[in-house]
Amino acid sequence: MPEGQVLELTGLTKRFGAVSAVDSLDARVEPGLVTGFLGPNGAGKTTSLRMLLGLVRPTSGTATIGGKRYADLASPLQTVGAALEASSFHPGRSAANHLKVYARAAKLPISRVDEVLGLVGLSDVAGRRVGGFSLGMRQRLGLATALLGDPGVLVLDEPTNGLDPEGIRWMRSLLRHLAEEGRTVLISSHLLAEVQQTVDALLIISHGRLVFQGGVEDLADPDEYATVVDAPDRAALSALLDERGIPYQLLRNGFTIRHLEPVEVGALAAGAGIALSNLQSKGASLEDIFLELVSGVRVHASAGGTTVPAATPTAGIPDAEAPAPVPTAAVPAESVPAAAVPAEPVPAAAVPAESVPVEPGPGAEPAPSTAMVTVAAPAPALRAEAPPAPTQPEAPRSSYSVASTGVIDVVPPAQTATAPPAHDGTATADAVPADTAPGERAPGNTSTDDGEVQR
Amino acid sequence: MSLVAVTRSEYTKQFSTVGWWVLAIVLVVYVAFTAGVLALVFGGVASGRLTGNGPTPQTEGLAGLVYSSASGVGYVFPLLVGTLMVTTEFRHKTLTPTFLATPRRGVVLGGKFFVGIVVGLLYGILGSAAAVAAGAGVLSIFGVDAELGSPDTWTLVGRMLLAFALWALVGIGVGTVVRNQVAAIVIVLAVTLFIEPIVRTLGGLVSGFSEVVKWFPSAASDALVGKTIFGAMSSGGSGSLDWWVGGLVLLAYAVVFLVIGLFTTWRRDID
Repeated sequence: MPEGQVLELTGLTKRFGAVSAVDSLDARVEPGLVTGFLGPNGAGKTTSLRMLLGLVRPTSGTATIGGKRYADLASPLQTVGAALEASSFHPGRSAANHLKVYARAAKLPISRVDEVLGLVGLSDVAGRRVGGFSLGMRQRLGLATALLGDPGVLVLDEPTNGLDPEGIRWMRSLLRHLAEEGRTVLISSHLLAEVQQTVDALLIISHGRLVFQGGVEDLADPDEYATVVDAPDRAALSALLDERGIPYQLLRNGFTIRHLEPVEVGALAAGAGIALSNLQSKGASLEDIFLELVSGVRVHASAGGTTVPAATPTAGIPDAEAPAPVPTAAVPAESVPAAAVPAEPVPAAAVPAESVPVEPGPGAEPAPSTAMVTVAAPAPALRAEAPPAPTQPEAPRSSYSVASTGVIDVVPPAQTATAPPAHDGTATADAVPADTAPGERAPGNTSTDDGEVQR
Repeated sequence: MSLVAVTRSEYTKQFSTVGWWVLAIVLVVYVAFTAGVLALVFGGVASGRLTGNGPTPQTEGLAGLVYSSASGVGYVFPLLVGTLMVTTEFRHKTLTPTFLATPRRGVVLGGKFFVGIVVGLLYGILGSAAAVAAGAGVLSIFGVDAELGSPDTWTLVGRMLLAFALWALVGIGVGTVVRNQVAAIVIVLAVTLFIEPIVRTLGGLVSGFSEVVKWFPSAASDALVGKTIFGAMSSGGSGSLDWWVGGLVLLAYAVVFLVIGLFTTWRRDID
């Protein structure tokens, strides 16, 4: 088994004339993890990867693999496998011959060609010319090229581009598997949502500079929560908020108020006699944080090397008797579905049933947040049955849940307290195709990605 | 030895696409046609069956002249194939996986150098065979000695193989300097089909000019091969290099281009 190597970028800089494509980038990528390398288009991701692989010469700084520059590796393909673009093929050469060319160059046995073709599911088209391949097939062939030398390090640029949902899921599980074997896996993307379910660690760059480095769970600030509130009489509500000097944003599904507990907002509305149609707490959206990081609105300490302790955006628990923030440990593992989540600290027992993502497809658009508004919470019954969540036994990757905790809970209108246990929640779970592992995150950062109407 | 691995890789690369045999077929047809027509004209006139305008050429050495059309007109094919060996890599971005497999870029060029020799020799064999087959066939119709038993003929063929191999190397050099495939092909065709023939014709007319022109690559190639239709048809045969000097000049062109390319485009960032 090839060993994973630490990838290290130190002061890595690339200038094209006056433009800095990559600007003193310091980063470290550890073996045994899938690391996402994120940034908007043109942020310098590809240039950084190409410098790491010795294809582009840095203006200054170094990029090393296990302490060595790429050019100094004794057997490069057996150390690092890279797939940089989906078009590095001669269209007239067959898939098998393409791989044979590089197997020869790396002194690998030709039998390896059939092995990797089988691994990526291209055995049937081994003899066909690459020119007739779809983008997804080219991606697979690129991956096969990367895997040719059974390397301990994998560097993949936008590996899921052009893959169908099934292919993306396959790619994800393959990457996870490779990382679990102890290899170093670095994948770039310009979409957080695309890699969020796969990666353990993140490097985010923007304009050639590192803006975040750390675990996915470090991305969100635990203090970052907001309350979403809506009323049939929006005018009255906005007047009330204006009157109290409370800043808010009007989103499609209501007013978003930062740093204010639902209980306070609810009390305020009750005091003013405004009937609410919706009152809920929501955690920070990773996608929002990502966009703020890359646009420079938000600055994360990790850009300078430190990391924030793991935490989850806590749900402000609306229930009076519930102590406010849910401990981080309680939230993991349950990927909150786009559908409803009980109003209380989520009982462990209730979670698995609900954690089935509505849409397993990766890259799926965030589910419309309106869904949660309509669902009556099954809360009381569930709460009665299960005590507030103890530490989840299965919590391999707390990060996933964070992403999905766009909505932690739904506060039903007052009468739900007396309502019979709603079966909506369970019904929802049943209706959902159960083919997705509970560990997978529910798609979308529910409710936060909707078109925002700034006010 | 990494150079051996790279050469094997380049060999697989070269012979796993259709380009080489498409060019080879065109080469064979083109050379066979040219040699056949030359044999028809020269053989017909020399044998008296066709009436010529000028002095009747001697039948002796006529076969060699016909056979030399293989390199005389066919040299553009090894030149092109060598150019394509490099520019295709740029065009299809296959230089990325190539340099990932072999980060020492100079070694990659070394591999191409050896495979270029192989392809050049292969083209030389095909071109010579086409010229000899078509030329000898037509000449024998007119009763002119095809000189297939003559050691001179086989020396000529040997030198043509050498010329073909060298032209392939020049092509690799050109491809390394001019990365853009379309530009490289246009340059190769323009130089070989227009510029050089015109300049060499002028060189035959203006005195002193031939001293320069004889160092041109195709003139050096003709000198290496020894016989040439061009030399036979243009009047001034004064300044021609020795055959081995011609070979060295051609090699020098290849090496100069390769070295320029190695230190410029070959070192550039690959994106």
